[in-house]
Amino acid sequence: MGERVGLEVSIAAAEAVKMANVDVIAAYPITPQTHIVEHLAEVVADGELDAEFIPVESEHSAMSVCCGSSAVGARTFTCTSSQGLALMNEIVFITASMRLPVVMVLANRSLSGPLSIWNDHSDVMSIRDCGWIQVFVENGQEVFDHIMFAFRVAESQKVSLPLIVNVDGFILTHVIEPVEFWDAETVKNYLPPFKPVNRLHPDNPVTMGAFGMPGIYTETRKAQDSALIEAKPEILKAWQEMADLTGRHYKPVESYHAEGAETLFLTMGSIGETVSVAVDELRAEGKSVGQLSLRLWRPFPFEEFRQAAAGAKRIIVLDRAVSMGGQGGPVATEIRSVLYKEKNMPVVTNFLCGLAGRDVTVEDYKAMFEKASKMSKRRVREEDYILYGVRE
Amino acid sequence: MLEVRLHGRGGQGAVTSAELVAEAAINEGKYAQAFPSFGPERRGAPVRAFIRVDDGPILLRNEIDEPDVVLVLDPTLIRVVNVTEGLKKGGIVILNTSKSIAEIKKEYGITAKVATVNATRIATENLGRPIANTTMMGALIKVTSVIAIESLQEAFGHRFGKLGEKNYKSCQMAFGETVMEGR
Repeated sequence: MGERVGLEVSIAAAEAVKMANVDVIAAYPITPQTHIVEHLAEVVADGELDAEFIPVESEHSAMSVCCGSSAVGARTFTCTSSQGLALMNEIVFITASMRLPVVMVLANRSLSGPLSIWNDHSDVMSIRDCGWIQVFVENGQEVFDHIMFAFRVAESQKVSLPLIVNVDGFILTHVIEPVEFWDAETVKNYLPPFKPVNRLHPDNPVTMGAFGMPGIYTETRKAQDSALIEAKPEILKAWQEMADLTGRHYKPVESYHAEGAETLFLTMGSIGETVSVAVDELRAEGKSVGQLSLRLWRPFPFEEFRQAAAGAKRIIVLDRAVSMGGQGGPVATEIRSVLYKEKNMPVVTNFLCGLAGRDVTVEDYKAMFEKASKMSKRRVREEDYILYGVRE
Repeated sequence: MLEVRLHGRGGQGAVTSAELVAEAAINEGKYAQAFPSFGPERRGAPVRAFIRVDDGPILLRNEIDEPDVVLVLDPTLIRVVNVTEGLKKGGIVILNTSKSIAEIKKEYGITAKVATVNATRIATENLGRPIANTTMMGALIKVTSVIAIESLQEAFGHRFGKLGEKNYKSCQMAFGETVMEGR
């Protein structure tokens, strides 16, 4: 394997993109994604990476450029946050329906308003149904690894779908920490050259992004949904091969002391590591508690989740976004639905926390556990979601 | 695990120096984190930066509310910010000041243990500018022994190129001149 380096996670992400030898990068700067694209612009300008860096005037154009470049068979990367994602929204959905394997790092940041540059998951949840593969990571190493994973999975001919790596803004992007790089040989073994199923070429014309009349739209949606669901075996295979090469094992649902635990925290992204410290401390106090971390968000890992959650009496879902006018957070709402037909369905208690970068500490997670333990055992009640720490 | 909170003003390099200590610690084979208090950056406004160093992987990702060490780059901040807030029992405050420990404790009513060094003077002598961030890292290492001072030499060189050596010399001088209460 490569060198172990102390560096900013954004720079590690950009270096991974460089090592993946992308052909085209199109992006528009937005906090907290900036360091990633700045570094990529630098390595292209310095000749360290033979790629086109296309500076665009908006995120809508960034994703449009990505569609074009991916369609001609170029390995394509983009990166954005929050309002940037909102602005590219239209093309995000189109990229997936055109089955273009663009890779995006989304430096997760809250959506305005009020205007906020800080971290939560409201941006990615706004495009939950866009048809991209969506994964979450917990630390700098996972960011580096998952950029390699992203190109490998997205471009696989069995998948051919775009992929978002969700990286918590600031909490991960702006932290210096150790990251073990891959050596060039490992990258080469893991990531084959991009060979698209179809590509735009004057010698062999194809139509991409065609008009879909009522007579065909339903069928294309079915095909797209199936493609996303059927991507899972390739996703698992890519993680397995990474484990073989790096010794790091990733799973759709990560478990920590989950087996036999009465209460399980469910986390996504960088809060997972801090929660694991709270789990350790609660267990030391004799509490029956464990943790699940959802790494694969789309396609949702139904089987893996039900297995990992089996036997739990309560699941504390930590949401990082508000589903306005709904039943709490988008993740908890979904988890209730996933577990609905289970025998002895666990109680799903939903805390919404860490919105727009509000700091959540080990003590806070322990307080959530205590609060949940005193709550009703009834299955679903509207008051089962709590905006943790809100001043009213 | 050692947890350090740095106080400075935007432009004084608190974040940079935190990053350099973390990089040096990682190069030593340790685990470390450095990060700023995230927000809009404004020159002159009070800023905070954080360092964690440990022998094993660091899982905490929240801000450091209860530091072992507080390091203040700019003495004028003590009037503006409660720098000792949350300091662990037995923790220490490292101040960049020309005053004695007794004077500064009395002046600002600091009850915690204090270490001092006149880093502004040392930095001005060595770098020709009163930018004390890299210099103060000498004091941090003297007080905590968190890394070997030599580890900063490479980190400074990597970040500042030719100016790395001057910064390192300044840092070494601060290491030598740091005065600690009770030692």
